[in-house]
Amino acid sequence: MKAIIIDDEPLARMMVKEYLQSYTHITVVEECNDGFEGLKAIQQHRPDLIFLDIQMPKINGFEMLELIDNPPPVIFTTAFEEYAIKAFDAHAADYLLKPFSKERFDKAMQKLQQQRVNVTQAIIDTALHSPAPNNRIVVKDNGKIKIIPVGQIQYLEAADDYVKIFAAEGIFLKKKTMQHFEDVLPPQEFIRIHRSYIINAQLITRIDQHEKDSHLVLLTTGARLPVSKAGYVKLKEILGI
Amino acid sequence: MVLQDFGMATSRSGADAFISNLLLAFACLLVFNNMRYYLPRREKYWYVLVISIALSSLWLLTMRVSLWGLYKEDVSYMRFMSQTSNIRYAIGFLMIGCSTMLSLLWYSQQDQQSENKRKLDMERLAREAELNKLRQQLQPHFLFNSLNSISALTGSQPEKARHMIQQLADFLRGTLKKEEQQWTTLEEEVQYLQLYLDIEKVRFGYRLQTNIDCEEAALQMRLPSMLLQPLVENAIKFGLYDTIGEVTIFISAKRVNDLLEVTVQNPFDESTSAAVKGTGFGLASIKRRLFLLFARYDLLQIKKEAQQFITIISIPQQHESNNN
Repeated sequence: MKAIIIDDEPLARMMVKEYLQSYTHITVVEECNDGFEGLKAIQQHRPDLIFLDIQMPKINGFEMLELIDNPPPVIFTTAFEEYAIKAFDAHAADYLLKPFSKERFDKAMQKLQQQRVNVTQAIIDTALHSPAPNNRIVVKDNGKIKIIPVGQIQYLEAADDYVKIFAAEGIFLKKKTMQHFEDVLPPQEFIRIHRSYIINAQLITRIDQHEKDSHLVLLTTGARLPVSKAGYVKLKEILGI
Repeated sequence: MVLQDFGMATSRSGADAFISNLLLAFACLLVFNNMRYYLPRREKYWYVLVISIALSSLWLLTMRVSLWGLYKEDVSYMRFMSQTSNIRYAIGFLMIGCSTMLSLLWYSQQDQQSENKRKLDMERLAREAELNKLRQQLQPHFLFNSLNSISALTGSQPEKARHMIQQLADFLRGTLKKEEQQWTTLEEEVQYLQLYLDIEKVRFGYRLQTNIDCEEAALQMRLPSMLLQPLVENAIKFGLYDTIGEVTIFISAKRVNDLLEVTVQNPFDESTSAAVKGTGFGLASIKRRLFLLFARYDLLQIKKEAQQFITIISIPQQHESNNN
């Protein structure tokens, strides 16, 4: 079995490696300092198990996992992240609170082996939805990681399995549903005006009548987007018109 | 009915009773409503007395005028009216007095209840703030991660582990001591910061470098305790979590006329730091503290230059009498 340890503190990685010595069938193929290295290593080695810290430079553990298709089983190691722990508990996943003992470590390993389904994806979804709406979105752009502050997002457009993110710096794709973004983005700033569109309310310049039951919204960027009947109700409510 | 015994027509006595009671009820209602908007705090009983006298007089007058209007040709009734004025007045006074008293009690109690609720809310808020402050001082993230580093060291490098325990103990002791004293010298504060930085260096290994440079003349200058630590904490947090690779934190201090000027500098990434809203909070509370101490808003400056985040804090040197 191949394992990867991702933690920004070298001693914390050493600890996990030491505990893993008694598991002869597990080899640590790489140790990573941050989510960027982690992402690369995961894509390269396709490990069977990841030990992952949550608070790390630039992007946190969840944001890194979000960029991986079919993430492998993960044992989270963390010092103090209340919202993360809620996410683990919600999916009955085990996690290690630093500092942890060898006995505790063994228990987590045992639990992971007994787990029939991989709950990593479910944990990511829960963790990224809480506690407060996110103030940034992490995407992959030509293999590179890009962090987009939500204020820079102009609008989102549904595109099959993906969502197109129109930001100040360009257009990015993310394999997520519109519903996901509706949940994650701050609800007062981003409005789902249509089945296929979410807009940044700050950028609205005009709302025009289009046909009998539909409107068009004009953004400061020049984009003209359709507003559905339900979307118009929401728009009116949030803008107070 | 009593009036009928006096040999009066049913319709007349009925009208009499109806009008007098209606007016009385109206007067009571007036008092009750009035209390809702104005509740006397002092000399309550005088207020009750005056209101009752005034209102019952008014009541009697209105009643007599309206009954006079209706039955002025009935001389015997009018005479009867004058005869019973005193007793009517007494009854009216008692009724109005009672209702004034009752409404006074009722609204006082309501007032008391909302006052109690407000007090409870305030106490709860104060408690929560206190708890938050304690949590902040404990720095759980720092503490647990440091303990984890020690745990990792005990196996392979027990000597280093022991050393780090010592540093952590000294640091925590310093935190407790700082609570009591308000002002300290820069020299002491820098020693304390050094402990903190040493622990962080063990945690982050080669990634974290520090450079402390204090002018000789500044070392004995004074500053409020626990003012620099959140600043350095902020610098480490954003230096380490906002960039990748090696991070050097610069801390320097110098004397500028009568001010102690401390500069803390850390690398940051301009393109993503806007996304981290937490940045402002630590600095906002430092700014607030400086304002409370010196009533000035210009003592904290922030500069962003070439991927470096620079915070400059100026501390006026106060007279000896203010130092404690």
